[in-house]
Amino acid sequence: MFKKITMAAAGLAMTFAASSAMADGHMLKIGVEGAYPPFSEKTADGTLVGFDVDIAMALCEKMGKKCELVEQDWDGIIPNLLNKKYDAIIASMSITEERKKKVDFSEKYYNTPSRFVAKEGVDWADTNEGLAGKTVGVQRGTIQHDYLLAVYPDADVKPYGTAEEAYLDIEAGRLDAILVDSLAVDGGFLKTDAGKGFAFFGGDHSDPKYFGDGAGVAVRKGEEELRDAFTKAIQEIRADGTYEKINMKYFDFDIYGG
Amino acid sequence: METVIDYSPAILRGTGVTIFLAICSLMVSMSLGLIAAWGKLSSSPIGSRVANSYTTLIRGVPDLVLMMLIYFGLQRLLNFVGDYTGLWGYIEINTFVAGFVTIGFVIGAYMTETFRGAILAIPRGQIEAGIACGMSKSLIFRRIIWPHLVRLALPSFTNNWLVLLKTTALVSVIGQKDLVYEAFTAGRSTRQLFTFMFVVLIIYLIMTAASQTALGLVERRYNVGVRRA
Amino acid sequence: MEFIIEYFTLILGDGNWKFWLEGISLTLMFVSLSLLIGGVLSIPLAIARANRHPIFNPMVWSFTYFFRGTPLLVQTYLLYYGLPQFDFVKDSFMWPMLREATWCALIAFTLNTAAYTTEIFRGAIEAVPHGEIEAAKACGMSPFKRMRRIILPSALRISLPAYSNEVIFMLHGSVILGVLPIIDIFGAAKTINSRYYVSFEGFIPCAILYMILVFGITRIFRMLEKRYHAHLRPRTS
Repeated sequence: MFKKITMAAAGLAMTFAASSAMADGHMLKIGVEGAYPPFSEKTADGTLVGFDVDIAMALCEKMGKKCELVEQDWDGIIPNLLNKKYDAIIASMSITEERKKKVDFSEKYYNTPSRFVAKEGVDWADTNEGLAGKTVGVQRGTIQHDYLLAVYPDADVKPYGTAEEAYLDIEAGRLDAILVDSLAVDGGFLKTDAGKGFAFFGGDHSDPKYFGDGAGVAVRKGEEELRDAFTKAIQEIRADGTYEKINMKYFDFDIYGG
Repeated sequence: METVIDYSPAILRGTGVTIFLAICSLMVSMSLGLIAAWGKLSSSPIGSRVANSYTTLIRGVPDLVLMMLIYFGLQRLLNFVGDYTGLWGYIEINTFVAGFVTIGFVIGAYMTETFRGAILAIPRGQIEAGIACGMSKSLIFRRIIWPHLVRLALPSFTNNWLVLLKTTALVSVIGQKDLVYEAFTAGRSTRQLFTFMFVVLIIYLIMTAASQTALGLVERRYNVGVRRA
Repeated sequence: MEFIIEYFTLILGDGNWKFWLEGISLTLMFVSLSLLIGGVLSIPLAIARANRHPIFNPMVWSFTYFFRGTPLLVQTYLLYYGLPQFDFVKDSFMWPMLREATWCALIAFTLNTAAYTTEIFRGAIEAVPHGEIEAAKACGMSPFKRMRRIILPSALRISLPAYSNEVIFMLHGSVILGVLPIIDIFGAAKTINSRYYVSFEGFIPCAILYMILVFGITRIFRMLEKRYHAHLRPRTS
């Protein structure tokens, strides 16, 4: 009995000690999502890979810092930045007015439009009327979610914790359509086996009022130095070809956007 | 089935995390349960009021909601106090800590009732007999109170432990990589969620059955010497 | 003061009150439906268990052991995310129902509560005083009539306190709906949190709502117990 208690106490102490020691080091901790292929996903052995991950590593190298990636579910990604679980978010987070109230952003590191995906050959218009009564899946707390709630009041919007869960349900036939970043859904769903028989419909959706100005690195407010260091590093990797190399590894055109 | 074997390291790791988390939660819940039972039985009105509000809170709020509040709220509180007092820079409440603290907190309320009932049921006469024989306090505890306590508390303790074990599945929702989380991730990427979720159910069943057997043996040992009707 | 106004604007403004309303009605509807269906299912199962029927008893036992020995979350995942793994499920006549998250969750919850309630009722049936049954036999009641008039009413009465706990467990368990793409009370809290990138502001009203519901359920059961356990209370005169 007593042995058990001491063991548990030791375990507790270890957990606390380990976490405070990590925070003391001069490491930069970066929050990534890990369920948003091809931007970030996890391989079978648990390694994080993807465009966001490679960009994060390249930026850290340019800034001359040692970085540690912290996997974080999307739902808590901003709150946990504010709670200091990590120092920056590199997770395809679009720069929007609403988010700027909570965090600061570097310059964008890519910008792509969002699009609807449904079964191949549907003839729905991508307007509120066209999608009235249709079940549309979206990742909770994303720009696409805000956009659907504001512009498509007649659609039946189903919020998911991760984009991958929305893919599972459109594949299962539970959803009529999904609204996702066009590149993410292309690489993460349409081009995979599961995405056979599904296609984009309608045009690009990129109204800056909802979609912001592309994806940037988010840091806590008041950390201008870190934010500017990220902006500078983004410009540097753009200039020296590192960005292009990473870009071409995942996509066949420049996703930096105009 | 082959895919399950591919992912078996992750599943086993997850199972380990689940078991470790369950043991940590058990420690928290037993400590809280003993303290609260003592509070409920004490003659001080504050003690019993605190203990009563604790059990009422747990009965009122679902475990997952409590876990969310502890995971995000406790971190914010710790940061605030740390910044304000300057005593610590940053202490992280990770998903593991948030998980076992919450589960321990929840099951602690059940344990309170378990221990309270058991303490009340200890035959007073035997303690008096111990005193009469000149036993020291610690000897009375070891020879009389403890064996009775274990015997009387075990059935309900077993039940609480099984509830606790099942509750650990919820930590996957806040992103702790336990058995459920690892299996869900694997099932999602391989598109075989049924297979993987079924494996998880089987593992939980094995854990349940093993606990029942083990605790049943303990129960039998502590019931030696009890006359049956 | 300003802080309070700001907080209420956050959780109720911008059309957010609708999420709460939707959440409350969904949680209530859901919990009562699964309890109702699960309760009805559990009565014959409990009778089979209590009578030690040679074939049904082991079957029902395996059913309750499986559902009581594993987490509800995983059972729900298995039904919701698991079933579409099989094409025959998607081609079956059941699919229009199973494609809805609410139906999948309802099935999982109903089976789960049926398993727990079966064991509660079984215990209660076995606890019915022998004298009552013997009296019924002496009056010449048929086994069926005995069950209907004596054993079941008595057993239901005995199981009231344990069943009230099961109802509260079900309410607690229903937060799993919010993990699926369903907006129950927990889902409403999560949606609001994610709209404003906050972490727990939405969980506070959520916790309070659940507490109110639990309080209400407890009151109802206390009234029921007062009524149906009237004969057990000591006389006061």
